[in-house]
Amino acid sequence: MMNEKYKLFLYSAFALILATAPLYLNSYWVDVLNSVGLYAILALSLNIILGDAGLYNMGHAAFFAVGAYTAAYLNTQFGLPILWALPVSGIVAGIAGLLVARPVVHLRGDYLLIVTVGVGEILRIALINDVFGLTGGPNGIFGIDRPVLFGFKIRKPQEFFYLIWGFVAVTIFLFYRLKNSRFGRALDYLREDMTAAEGSGIDTGRYQLYAFMVGAAWAGMAGTLYASKMSIISPESFSFWESVLIFIIVILGGSGNIAGVLLGTFLIIGLPEAFRGFANARMWFFGLAMMLMMIFRTEGILPHRPRVFKSLDRQRP
Amino acid sequence: MSLLSIRNLTKRFGGLTAVNKVSFDVEEGAIVGLIGPNGAGKTTVFNLITGNYRPDEGDILFAGTSIKALRTHKIVSMGIARTFQTIRLFQKVSVLENVLAGRHCRMKAGLVAGMLKTPFEKKEEREALRYCVEELEFVGLKGQESQVADSLSYGNQRLLEIARALASEPKLLILDEPAGGMNEQETEALVGLIGKLKGRGLTILLIEHDMSLVMRACEHLVVLEYGCKIAEGPPETVKNDPKVIEAYLGAD
Repeated sequence: MMNEKYKLFLYSAFALILATAPLYLNSYWVDVLNSVGLYAILALSLNIILGDAGLYNMGHAAFFAVGAYTAAYLNTQFGLPILWALPVSGIVAGIAGLLVARPVVHLRGDYLLIVTVGVGEILRIALINDVFGLTGGPNGIFGIDRPVLFGFKIRKPQEFFYLIWGFVAVTIFLFYRLKNSRFGRALDYLREDMTAAEGSGIDTGRYQLYAFMVGAAWAGMAGTLYASKMSIISPESFSFWESVLIFIIVILGGSGNIAGVLLGTFLIIGLPEAFRGFANARMWFFGLAMMLMMIFRTEGILPHRPRVFKSLDRQRP
Repeated sequence: MSLLSIRNLTKRFGGLTAVNKVSFDVEEGAIVGLIGPNGAGKTTVFNLITGNYRPDEGDILFAGTSIKALRTHKIVSMGIARTFQTIRLFQKVSVLENVLAGRHCRMKAGLVAGMLKTPFEKKEEREALRYCVEELEFVGLKGQESQVADSLSYGNQRLLEIARALASEPKLLILDEPAGGMNEQETEALVGLIGKLKGRGLTILLIEHDMSLVMRACEHLVVLEYGCKIAEGPPETVKNDPKVIEAYLGAD
């Protein structure tokens, strides 16, 4: 199909421009791109919960924080290398996702949203209050090691760029495949009609939990990358506003569409930097753009599309 | 032993007894119609069988096993699939994806297999696609796989619901007003389809208001009124039963 070729060309061109960006951008802009990359991982992970499964989670920063603090704690207390901490904090955040979701996931959209807001706030305040002496209180944890990859210590923004966007690429690769699998379809059915999904033989309760687990685990891994990039983390990095931002990226970019979520991240995180010169006017413009979007294109810039099954054409003579 | 055995089934909603001590059996390979005036409790019986509601009293046996405490998806995987009175398709996804929903419980690939696209997963997906395309062909929706479900005509949406139910390879198929909203030709085709389903060895339990369809398609009828069973038997007998006539036409 012509359209497919066009898409492939567009994506490759975009990937090429992005991959070579550190060669011609200064450190400031590379750092902006790093920020975009981290938010892209967060938004893609929330997209599994919010976009695919249709579960309103506005406390996603909580899982980001769990991952960041797990990695920071293991690294500073036990000297565990940051990249080793990556899977560990993913697992810890995934378990946190399961624990949070288990009692509340059956709640209807708006109620679930309020509960997740509450969970996010409880966690943030717990971090400030230094519960069990683990989190370092309002000052947070500092002195987190830089990641070392094959004996090479990652320090400069340009180096972090490839680590972060490498992780984004792996995430896209895996999530795209996941979306086009039995698991991904099951999440679609949940979002569309819970009763019909259950009636078609899908264990809706279990898939809701799985969605939360995968989303939380990935947010946790994003937290690890963030902790090592900043080398210091504190509760203020995981505020309610962060959850709102990630939520907006998914809704605005296109729930359930990976390309849409990436586009949304560039618009929400990247654009305000580009218009920094306009100071507060940019936020005004921003708010207005968002309102117009929600009136005229509620499904997001690039919405979810039904899957195309290529093998189907092959089966037909 | 009957495939499905309903025993003294009772369901109350507050003060209203929607289903009151109803008992009947569905033999393997039979086509049984559940009829009665509006509000008689027919759909409630269906919802009890498929686990959408929990019965207050009585039991439901499927192939000898009690299923009254099981969750819906579990009941589907045991071999009972249904369609809904008000069409409940996944409106925004494609026709084929709708049918694949029914296939879900016969597949195994999980989270990791999906992410890594293991050879097992690919093979399973291929087989599922082929199976679902065949079911679409069976109900007469071949060639419409890629359309979005809500773009289908009303009658075709009903057929798609049947295809989705069939994809789970049920032993018992429960149809809730399959001809609702269909025109005469579509209803005619549906009677033919029900015959073909019987030919595949399926057992069918259906609710229908279209009496000409019921009389032609069903071998056995169960009549409900105000939640109670008032008659049961072959269509000809039931049709002439004074209690049934009274329920439908009212007493003098």
